[in-house]
Amino acid sequence: MSQPRVVLVDDHGLFRSGVRAELGQRVTVLGEADDVAPAIELIERVLPDVVLLDVHLPGGGGQAVIAAVKKEHPDVRFLALSASDAPEDVIAVIRAGARGYVTKTIAAADLADAIQRVASGDAVFSHRLAGFVLDAFAAAPSPADVKPSFDPELDQLTSREREVLRLIAQGYTYKETARELYISVKTVESHVSSVLRKLQLSSRHQLTRWAAERRLT
Amino acid sequence: MHDPTDQSEPAWPPYRYHGHPRWQSHAERWRHRHRGNGEPLRRDPEDRLVGGVAAGIANWRGFSPTTVRIVFVVVSLWGGWAVPLYFIAWLLIPAQNAEASIGSRARHDSRGVALAIALGSLLAVFLFLAGALNDTTVETYGWPQVLSVACLTLIWRNAPESEQSAMRRLVEPLESLAGGGAKRGHGTVLRLAGAAVLFVVGMGWLLASHASLALLRPLAAVLLIAAAIVLLLGPWWLRIARDLVLERQARARAEERADMASRVHDSVLQTLALIQRRADDPQQVVQLARAQERELRSWLFEGRAPGESDATSFAGGIREIQRDVEARHGVPVEVVTVGDCPLDDDLGALLAAAREATVNAAKWSGASVISLYAEVEPDQVEVAVRDRGKGFDPDAVPSDRKGLAESVHGRMTRHGGSVAVQSAVGEGTKVTLRMPRKAAPAGGAAAPAETAETAATARKTAGRNRR
Repeated sequence: MSQPRVVLVDDHGLFRSGVRAELGQRVTVLGEADDVAPAIELIERVLPDVVLLDVHLPGGGGQAVIAAVKKEHPDVRFLALSASDAPEDVIAVIRAGARGYVTKTIAAADLADAIQRVASGDAVFSHRLAGFVLDAFAAAPSPADVKPSFDPELDQLTSREREVLRLIAQGYTYKETARELYISVKTVESHVSSVLRKLQLSSRHQLTRWAAERRLT
Repeated sequence: MHDPTDQSEPAWPPYRYHGHPRWQSHAERWRHRHRGNGEPLRRDPEDRLVGGVAAGIANWRGFSPTTVRIVFVVVSLWGGWAVPLYFIAWLLIPAQNAEASIGSRARHDSRGVALAIALGSLLAVFLFLAGALNDTTVETYGWPQVLSVACLTLIWRNAPESEQSAMRRLVEPLESLAGGGAKRGHGTVLRLAGAAVLFVVGMGWLLASHASLALLRPLAAVLLIAAAIVLLLGPWWLRIARDLVLERQARARAEERADMASRVHDSVLQTLALIQRRADDPQQVVQLARAQERELRSWLFEGRAPGESDATSFAGGIREIQRDVEARHGVPVEVVTVGDCPLDDDLGALLAAAREATVNAAKWSGASVISLYAEVEPDQVEVAVRDRGKGFDPDAVPSDRKGLAESVHGRMTRHGGSVAVQSAVGEGTKVTLRMPRKAAPAGGAAAPAETAETAATARKTAGRNRR
């Protein structure tokens, strides 16, 4: 059975039941939770493929769930979901280890696709997340900022990655992006995954300052 | 400065008294009988020394306030009951412009009533002990003050903010004496020491003049019992003080909440009501929901009040395009902006061209959503307007279709920018606009950094709002 097994974590019951109804056919929903502690308990019990995780949870936010589960079960993947526009919240969850971020206004079919993609190990960038990431890595680093970390590769996006992100930010799907850039969808996916890795691991001065301005660590 | 007649006269139209006597409540009839200058008896908080009772009585009967005050002081010297009577009057007579008296509010304040009784009985215990000294002064002046203390407590807890401030002024010197160690300065210590010396000397004198040491024994007993009471009740007093602080904080929170509620009411609830009424028109509903979402987002995440213009920066201008197009054409516009910078002439032209391209897409493409992407780079600003609509063959556009040709092309080239149109029938259209940035004076990087910083502070305030 290739349907991804999913756990929904969101503090809005209405939203959970809506998502559940919409996704019913394409994924297997193992359970729902509405707060950090029950979510951790549930996830560690059923070990789903993908956790659909609201960024804003009453008991500490989505990143608390990721941090708790990741230690013991690194193979559980997280897809962040939020109605929020605040970059600090989104980037915090991504840096905690989520494999992607989509907004709550996403269409059901797109959401199912995104879950599938995360389940198979790829990253999922919504247009908003792509915008945030470009913003964070934006502007050529001034000489003061070039204080390379252990891996200077992590501190910059390649021009190809930048192009891919730009198209995603403009609302292109992966397929459209691939066609536009004359590359395969797999290549787009690998670019996005590498951007995700940089985002999570980078200690780039620029990025850390950007994060600090938005109260991240 | 204050004219008492102008507010109170319209509140008491004469015809109600004479024409419809059955409508009169007892209170009204009472006030009517006691009318001196055509007004009911009201306290006058504007012209007060303590509670405005004297000023109120003076107004009511047409005396000078000073006369009333002098009479009051003389009467209170003669017997101690004038003071509690004053407080009772403060409690029961409503202030001018106020509907209800403090007393009527205090009735519902069960904690306040309990506190009043407790403090009153505490004072009673003290007086009882002091009675051991056989001093008639205590008998005449002390006992009525039990009532005063109880009334004062109720007034303190239930008076409106403006009157409380007056009471606070009266209490301030005491507070500074007892005030926390942090505030206690050198002067206060000196003052306390001086007071202690004077007190001891005075007591010694008192005892010496009595000549007999027999008085000393009950006094020592009184002091001991007083110390015991302080020990027993000290923590409780502290709690009362803390309660007062908490109460003040709660009031501040309530105000914040009210502000929030009014904003939510003005925008969200109104929109929800509209959405319910237009439930049969899906497009209208989507449009309303989008507009509301945008407004809330800009308030929550960017700290901008609804209706406030944001067109001072480039990204703000892009958001304005989004707002207008969604409102006028009912097509959702997904906006992503990367970076920001202040506006200048060239960027103004770029914004105008972007607006034209977006409107064009909204009108003609038939797409259900338009994406608008803007990126501010160090050397140029790029805007991409993209839809997944009908598309067209760029070569087959007749030259009289002015929209794209003139507004977009003309505008851009005049300011040194460029336009690229990508379109195919059935696949949608993408218009890419590029405008080089003027070699910004020296601080090419400084300008964007500055806006980034202001944006960051805006977000921080927004973050505070959200909490």
